[in-house]
Amino acid sequence: MMQPYDYVEIRVPAKAQYVGVARLTISGLASRLGFTYDDIEDMKIASSEAITNAVQHAYKDGEEGEVVVGCALYEDRMEIMVADHGQSFDFEETKKSVGPYHDHEEGMFLREGGLGLYLIETLMDEIKIHHDEGVTVFMTKYLGGEQVEKDVETVSS
Amino acid sequence: MNLQVDLCEENSVQHFKVVGEIDAFTAPVLREKLAEHPVQEGMKAEIDLSDVEYMDSTGLGVFVGYFKQVKENGGHVKITGLSPRLKRLFDITGLVEVMDIEGQQEGKGGFNDATV
Repeated sequence: MMQPYDYVEIRVPAKAQYVGVARLTISGLASRLGFTYDDIEDMKIASSEAITNAVQHAYKDGEEGEVVVGCALYEDRMEIMVADHGQSFDFEETKKSVGPYHDHEEGMFLREGGLGLYLIETLMDEIKIHHDEGVTVFMTKYLGGEQVEKDVETVSS
Repeated sequence: MNLQVDLCEENSVQHFKVVGEIDAFTAPVLREKLAEHPVQEGMKAEIDLSDVEYMDSTGLGVFVGYFKQVKENGGHVKITGLSPRLKRLFDITGLVEVMDIEGQQEGKGGFNDATV
């Protein structure tokens, strides 16, 4: 049976100056649900990373797209979906570069897109990526963190 | 949303004071501001982030780039004034192992690691 939820969607131009606007909205919604300060900060970073990916890709292609951010507010969790319709970053390529810095050598080869995805995985409880018509990043944070870190490694395409 | 970067030199150490939020929009501004003072041989730089309220991977990218550049020239970059939130970013990305960073309190070991 489907749980009831409130749904809030915002669309912003795929431009860097709107990343902060979307972030503030998500922060407000998370606060509405009663997330802790640290959880809200985590969600702000994770969603900004996803939106930044979408914006940067649109910019690279010289396209004037929109980023759609959909937030589903459940009693026990918040789901955030970030879709860059049309444009997409190369998921396989990005996936390869996902991971923390292990040592000095690796720190010397920073790949920014990969770091963003790694942060989303680390800061959220669940993340799914659909590579269909553009890229959709789907992430979940549970209230009270009851399901935290059960499966931090999950990235499915 | 604003980002302000001030530079002053003290005992031949370049002090950068960063104030505001660092994200996709402001990171390019930060990169430019850091580049305003050319990287010199053996340069010592200190970047104070105590008034940075928000930062994500775009900011980390700028600092890593700057760190590499200064290091290649035999210099040293120290990042100071990290809030527990910002410190956490450096921790989970492993950058804490690579870069010289310091928390809000003077000296080491002053962190309340409640958020980690």
